[in-house]
Amino acid sequence: MGEKTVIILHSGDMDKVYSALIIANGALAMGMEASIYFTFWGLMRLKKGELDKGPLSKMNMLGLGRQMIKRRMDKANVASLERLMNDFKELGGKIIACEMTMEIMGLSKEELRTEWIDEWGAVGSYIQEARNANVTLFI
Amino acid sequence: MAEVEIDVRGQTCPVPLVECRKALKKASPGDLVIVKGTHPASRKEIPMACEAMGLKVLDIEDKEGGKEWEIKIRR
Repeated sequence: MGEKTVIILHSGDMDKVYSALIIANGALAMGMEASIYFTFWGLMRLKKGELDKGPLSKMNMLGLGRQMIKRRMDKANVASLERLMNDFKELGGKIIACEMTMEIMGLSKEELRTEWIDEWGAVGSYIQEARNANVTLFI
Repeated sequence: MAEVEIDVRGQTCPVPLVECRKALKKASPGDLVIVKGTHPASRKEIPMACEAMGLKVLDIEDKEGGKEWEIKIRR
């Protein structure tokens, strides 16, 4: 089995979703396997049309700070989260959605981008993924 | 043996690395993949990725007075 990166995305903040997808894409691009376990606020970003709707983790200022950072990201030609997600899937990245979060938040599968989701799971799925991983992160 | 050229000039992290990987994935063994870019970190990270995947970097060339680079990889 090859080397592997496993990321738990607990946060739904825009900047942290960027971190997770950039790191996961980097891992795939450098020849590793990669998976992201979306849980809690992170799972909210898998709702239809919500991937890039998270606030900034700091200096959000009711969305003003977020707007400013977004403008600067556009200027720096940073790829959209939608594009990073599509690249992640194209390079064979795996997405696991947390079932307990779905229950807590009252989410149904129909509300989520199921075309991205490879597996529905709980803590056992994460541990099984991470057991032989070389890199594992909680974001 | 085909030659594939990808242009990631003006693109920033992680796009050059990701586009390079996508091109290498689509290419057949023996193909030549040429990556043109401007992102400074990718100039050293693309060769690092190739080495990790056991691929041979044939050449790294700086262009436009060091503002652009071109990396040739044998798939």
